[in-house]
Amino acid sequence: MHELSIATSIIEIAEDFARTHQAEKISRIEIEVGQLSGIVNESLVFALELAVKNTVLESAEVVITEIPGKSICRACKHEFDNPDWYTPCPECQSMNTEIIGGKELQIKSIFTG
Amino acid sequence: MCDTCGCSDTNGGVAYHKPGEEHAHENPHTHDHEHHYEHEHEHEHGQEHHSHTHDHAYSHEHNHDAHTHSHDHSHEHGSHTREHDHPHGKEFKIEHDILDKNNMLAERNRGYFEAKNIHAINLVSSPGSGKTTLLEKTISDLKTDISFFVIEGDQQTMNDANRINATGAPVIQINTGSGCHLDAEMINKAVKQLEVKEHSLLMIENVGNLVCPALFDLGESHRVVVISVTEGEDKPLKYPNMFSTSDICIINKTDLLPYVDFNVEKAKEYALRINHHLQFFELSAKTGQGMDAWYAWLKKKME
Repeated sequence: MHELSIATSIIEIAEDFARTHQAEKISRIEIEVGQLSGIVNESLVFALELAVKNTVLESAEVVITEIPGKSICRACKHEFDNPDWYTPCPECQSMNTEIIGGKELQIKSIFTG
Repeated sequence: MCDTCGCSDTNGGVAYHKPGEEHAHENPHTHDHEHHYEHEHEHEHGQEHHSHTHDHAYSHEHNHDAHTHSHDHSHEHGSHTREHDHPHGKEFKIEHDILDKNNMLAERNRGYFEAKNIHAINLVSSPGSGKTTLLEKTISDLKTDISFFVIEGDQQTMNDANRINATGAPVIQINTGSGCHLDAEMINKAVKQLEVKEHSLLMIENVGNLVCPALFDLGESHRVVVISVTEGEDKPLKYPNMFSTSDICIINKTDLLPYVDFNVEKAKEYALRINHHLQFFELSAKTGQGMDAWYAWLKKKME
């Protein structure tokens, strides 16, 4: 359940932000979670619900966007969706691919007021 | 959680112990209160950015003023804050990586290790794959050639640290309490307490878990994932994050191959699908079979 650690980190970042910007409350936070980031969105939502009590995020709307896994084939340069790490290139069947998207784990935006 | 008094007020439930050393908390506190009574206390570790409470069975209050402190630090590393007005209020596009804090601490560890010529290895696996036995055997066989230091990670107990202690290598146990992985901050603290010497090999045995430790860089030089032949050969496909972030894959307990349906070649093929750069060692830490190649690799890294 590392999602709880991730939830705690999100709250730390939000608390830091609120202190720096003298914001009393955060109304909305937008988070991007890559499909290959190792985070289960449902678990993250659950962990956040527990962890935000008595923090600046207590009443914030949490919006999580999943970023699809994406790879590029090193052999033929084709870009394709890779939801599971090991999808071969659909064009040339090569396994020599490189992940170019889906590892994101980022707070995109914070809304105050 | 502290396994002496059952309290969890050290570093958010994380405790550090060396075998034979009594109950050493990082922020020393006294235990002159009765634990049979209910009490509640809260304390803030401002520096750590966390607060926690814990409840015992009866009631009294105490303050840990000694370690109540707060620091303001804002870090928006590599992020570009832009403001916009928006129906939800004022929007700040901060683009802040959530693992930033851990990643930066990991880089700090890495820099320290490089400067001191400490080679750090992060051993990850499911519970029961034989990480501790592998360490015991490796240390016993190589201790005249290599100076070993060991950090053991488990939710509870000193068992693994005691086993390593018996080999003569300096060891510290991190009990993560409810935590499912080690992180860079824990390593930073453990390395200081362990007083790791220059030109040494630091073996970090992570919490047995193929999921969570994958996300947390500790500042290691190499990540070594251990699977055993009593597990399914499709482990790499089931836990791709771990295999994608590892450099070495050890297939352990090969002495049991005649008795199990584990196809080594298939396991390797699956692992290579996830990570083309993985290097394999097939061995039995119990019988010593195949250990020579692993030792040769370790010695080469220490040159």
